[in-house]
This record gives sequence, C-alpha cells and structure tokens, in this order.
Amino acid sequence: MNSPRTLYQKHIDSHTVATLDDQGHVLLYIDRQVANEYTSPQAFSGLREAKRGVWRSRATLAVVDHVNPTSPTRIAAMPDAGGALQVAYFEENCRDFGIELFDVLDKRQGIEHVVAPEQGFILPGMVVAAGDSHTTTYGALGAFGFGIGTSEIEHLLATQTLVYKRLKTMRVTVTGTLGMGVTSKDIIMALIEKIGASGATGYAIEFTGPAISALSVEARMTICNMAVEAGARGAFMAPDDKVYGYLKSKPRAPQGEHWNAAEKKWRELFTDEGAVFDSEVRVDVDGLAPMVTWGTSPDQASPVSGRVPDPATIADPILRQGMQRALTYMGLEAGMALSDVPISHAFIGSCTNARIEDLRDVARVVEGRKVASTVRAMIVPGSTQVRAQAEEEGLARIFLEAGFEWRQSGCSMCLAMNDDVLAAGDRCASSTNRNFEGRQGAGARTHLMSPAMVAAAAIRGRLTDVRLLAEEI
Amino acid sequence: MQPFETVTGKAAPLLASNIDTDVIMPKQFLKGIDRSGLDKGVFFDLRFLESGEPNPDFILNQPAWSGASFLVTGPNFGCGSSREHAVWGLKQLGIRALIGTSFAGIFYDNCQRNGVLAIQLCESQLQRLARVVSHGATATISVDLPNQRIWLSEGSVIEFTIDALRKQSLLSGLDAIGATLQRAAQIRDFEARHYADNPWLD
Repeated sequence: MNSPRTLYQKHIDSHTVATLDDQGHVLLYIDRQVANEYTSPQAFSGLREAKRGVWRSRATLAVVDHVNPTSPTRIAAMPDAGGALQVAYFEENCRDFGIELFDVLDKRQGIEHVVAPEQGFILPGMVVAAGDSHTTTYGALGAFGFGIGTSEIEHLLATQTLVYKRLKTMRVTVTGTLGMGVTSKDIIMALIEKIGASGATGYAIEFTGPAISALSVEARMTICNMAVEAGARGAFMAPDDKVYGYLKSKPRAPQGEHWNAAEKKWRELFTDEGAVFDSEVRVDVDGLAPMVTWGTSPDQASPVSGRVPDPATIADPILRQGMQRALTYMGLEAGMALSDVPISHAFIGSCTNARIEDLRDVARVVEGRKVASTVRAMIVPGSTQVRAQAEEEGLARIFLEAGFEWRQSGCSMCLAMNDDVLAAGDRCASSTNRNFEGRQGAGARTHLMSPAMVAAAAIRGRLTDVRLLAEEI
Repeated sequence: MQPFETVTGKAAPLLASNIDTDVIMPKQFLKGIDRSGLDKGVFFDLRFLESGEPNPDFILNQPAWSGASFLVTGPNFGCGSSREHAVWGLKQLGIRALIGTSFAGIFYDNCQRNGVLAIQLCESQLQRLARVVSHGATATISVDLPNQRIWLSEGSVIEFTIDALRKQSLLSGLDAIGATLQRAAQIRDFEARHYADNPWLD
C-alpha cells in the first residue's frame, strides 16, 4: 500500500469490499447511482421477480429525462404509449422501493448527468455507477463514474456493489492555452480524433495538465462526459479549489464540520508522484482550431478549416470501406471544404453541452443576429434549473429574438427517444456526443461540435468557424 | 441464465469497425419495460428495407448465414450507449457468442450478464477465422468454452483466453446477485467502516 498509486487506484482500493481473484476482479462498493426511466425497468422487474429489496435506497436518485417531451410549455403527459408506460412504471418502482424521484414536473428535473452535479449529489472520492454510458461526466468532480447495463443496475440495487475488473490506466496530459472561440469540447474531440473511438477501451483516463486546470468545472464535465466516446470506462480529474468552490453552494453538499472533514480528505485525492500509468498521451492545445465531425463515428473529426478526407488514401480495406460508408451516409464528397456544408437543423442540448456556461457561450454568438431562414434551431437546456437561470440572466430572450426554439429540459434530440426526431436527410449541427448512423433519427446526419460552433452554424446556415463570425461584429 | 458449454452453428462475418449499439438496437425498440420482442429490432436499419422486406444484401439474410449462432465482429463492437437491449436482442435472435478483436466495455459486461460469450482474439487469428467463415460452405464452427477452443469446419482450431471468473459464471449460468448476497455480511462490515471514515456520505 505504500508504493505510489494513481488516483484511479486510490478510488478502487478505498471501495473494495473483497478481492475475488488474482486477475483484478473485486467486489466494488458504489456510493451513489442515478437511475432513469428507460434503462431501469427490467432491473426493477428482476428484483420483483426474485423478491429482493433495494440494499440502500437513499444511494439512488431517480430522474425522468430520456423519453419526456421538451415542448416549450411543460406537460406531464408523454407523447407516446411506450414512454408513458416507462414513466408510470418508473414512478411505481421509486414509490415501492423508497427511491427519491425527480419527475417531469419537478423544478429539479433535467438530464441525469446535469442534475446530479448541480444538486451536489456527486462528491469527490465517490465511486458512482449508472445505467447510462455518460456517467463518466462525474470525473470532473474527482468522483469515479462509469456506465453499466440493466443487469448491473439490478445487481447494484440489490447489493450496492458490482463485480468489477480493474482497468488499465491512461494519463492524458493537456498543455497549452485555448484560443478565443475554442472550448473544452474541442479538446476532447481532438483527443478522440487522435486516439480513435477505441483508443481508451479498457482504460480509466486521468486528465491532467495546465490546460485542464485552467478550465471551469462545467467545461471539465464536457471532457469527462465524452471520454467514453474514446472507449474509456471512466475518466476523471483530481479535484481542486474550483471543484470545492463549485460544490460549496450545492443543496446536498456536506455542511459545517462535515464539509471541513470532507475537504481535508478530498485534498488527498491525487496521483502520487512516481505512480506509473499503463499509457501516457499528450495533447497540446496551442493552435487548436474548433473541431467538427464529418463521419458517423466521433473519431471521424477535423478542424472546421479542413476538408472531407478521401477514402482512396486509406490503405486498410476495412477502414477504407468504413470511411466510404460514412461519407455515403453523410452525403459528403471527399475533398469538400467542411465550411461549405449546409445544415437544416441546429441543436444545443445533451449531458455533454447544455449547462449554463454553454448557454452563455451560445448567447454571446447569437446576440443581435438571426438564425438562417433555412435552419430550424433548438435549445434544450440540460436541466429545469439551467432553464430558470438562463431566463433570469436574460439569455432566453436573446435566443428567442435570434429565432431559436427555447424548450424544456431532457435528453431530447441527442438520442431522439422522445418526439424530438430528425427526418431522413436532415443535417444537424449538434452540441451532443454521438454522430452514429440514425442517432438523431433514421437517415438523419449529425455533425458534432461545441455549442458556440452550433450557434455559428445556425446563424450562417452552414458549418462555420465561430472565430470568423466573431470578427464580423 | 442459460449455461454455455459447446455450441455449434453458423458464424456470420460483420467486420466493420465501431458498430454501435444504436445500430444494433435502434431507439424505436427501447420503449418497453420488459425484455421481450427485441429480436425484431436487431440491426433493424441494416436487416430490413424501407418496405419492411428483409434486405437481401445483409449477411444475416443470406441463406448461408441466416440463423447464425455467432457473429465475427470488427474492432470496438458494441460501442456507444449502455443499452442492454442490444444484447437481449442479439440473444433472442439466436446469437450465442461474438468473436472479435475488441468490444466496448459496457457491452462486453452486458454480454457476460446474459450468458452471451464475447471472445477476444488477436488480429491475425480473427482474420483467419473471418476468411474461413466468409465462405458459406465453411461458415459452421464449434465454440468449446470448457476447452477454450474454436473448431473450424476445415478441422483446424483456434485457442482463446478468458478470465477464469467469467468462464466459470458462463459455464454454470449462475445468478450473480445471489452469489454476491452470500457476502452480505462483508458488505455490511465495509459500509460500517466506510461511513465511519466518511460520515458526510451517510
């Protein structure tokens, strides 16, 4: 125990109930979980069938987010029978098993990974699991979060533990200074482009370096959130004063003596000097340009100043076919300038980029401008609380005047499980996390980018370097 | 959970990289509260034409590979969303094992929890397997979990590795929650220490 340990090893060691073998399997204690209406029903049914209870009901926070409508006036009814069934069963499960629920009408409702941090439900040093791949978001608070499937949710509800295999560790050191108009979204998109969609499969990533320290806590969440798109099963950052400042005012943060004791312990959450990582990656952000995706995998990305790549230049036949298929699906020709690509939709939303700072970025770009007449532009705030704050700060008025739809909170068109769905052939500039085939609607085309870049695309009606738009003022 | 010992069946090659769970199980099949009826949704946009007819170009619709028990997959299969519906659907479609170079983490665990064997081979072994099963006449293989071997129809064999813990649970089909609950006293002891050390978490 005296040899230097990484932050990851410290988290796993402090949450190991039992070591199960010499291959790295442990019974891992989970401090908190967040549940949603779409990945949890079969887990609760499993408990009911086996006549099992929930081990520690107050460790779970339940939020309706995936299937609810986001129409500008909040309505409790779901737009379809399946969604209504899931929400009704979710409410029944929360009631029967004593789990706290933020339903659609709750002022604290929102996307689970926006809500849990803003409530102070996630704290440094915790291990958190949830039935959603973007649970990695919590790493920005110095908690280790990871996504699990429904069978694991059931296991977790019944035992507060998971049978877990230790991951390999990767340190991503980010240096340099971000230029104007370049954001943490561009950092994580550049990393994914560099290491590939499976570049971190089997790893827990620790992000470190001056460019990470310089970011706000919310901006860091975007990085940890999307680390899963490089395959990482968890991604985090050592907590610092910014994290303590972020947490201090949150409703469920520890108070008084508890806070002092907690903060003292949190300050030990760092990788010891001399600890060895299985992999080291360096990213320098000096000169980094805003990124956009051109394909159907998050690693198919380029600076916005670039061109659509040519599959003919790729030697590996599987990669070449994959790129060709992506270009066909996206309706793009090799060699096209990305800034020539017109869009029909602009979407600001998701657990990746729909927090208050993201909305402020959007407002700065669109204030005094109008959405192009060829574009339908939507803003879906990450939580009902974010929506209220944006209204208080006058951002909502800026959005409406510019021609954006100003909607209620939910996962919405990030994965289009509710009624916010694109049609085949629609092309969307999106602040979300996945550009997979069919993700935003069968046959719909997604270009991922930062919120400021989506705003610029909405104004110009095509993919646009937000830095050029700023110069026009 | 159905135990896995030795299974013989057709293996269909599906070698594209990064086949994600949105492609394996599109959103319109995620609105249930049980696990039923998901076989219909598997690879829906690839398997069916807009008319609803099976797409004759898709491998699982071709006679030599229809009713396959195995998929031979490209790198990072199952990436993206945590939706276990993808694995439930594959299992309902009759898929007993996936053989590839790499699988996304959550998907890999979901397979394990449902008795679907996910075998990781090195690139050269996978290419060899893919070459053989790409011919309809030699698409039938046997996967022997106890001996960790894949038997090809031309008589050759590929050995594979798997964690002993995963192997044991697949062979026995045991109830993972029941097994963990046998450690209930240990979990309670851990909690007593954990919340004494971190009282703000209680």
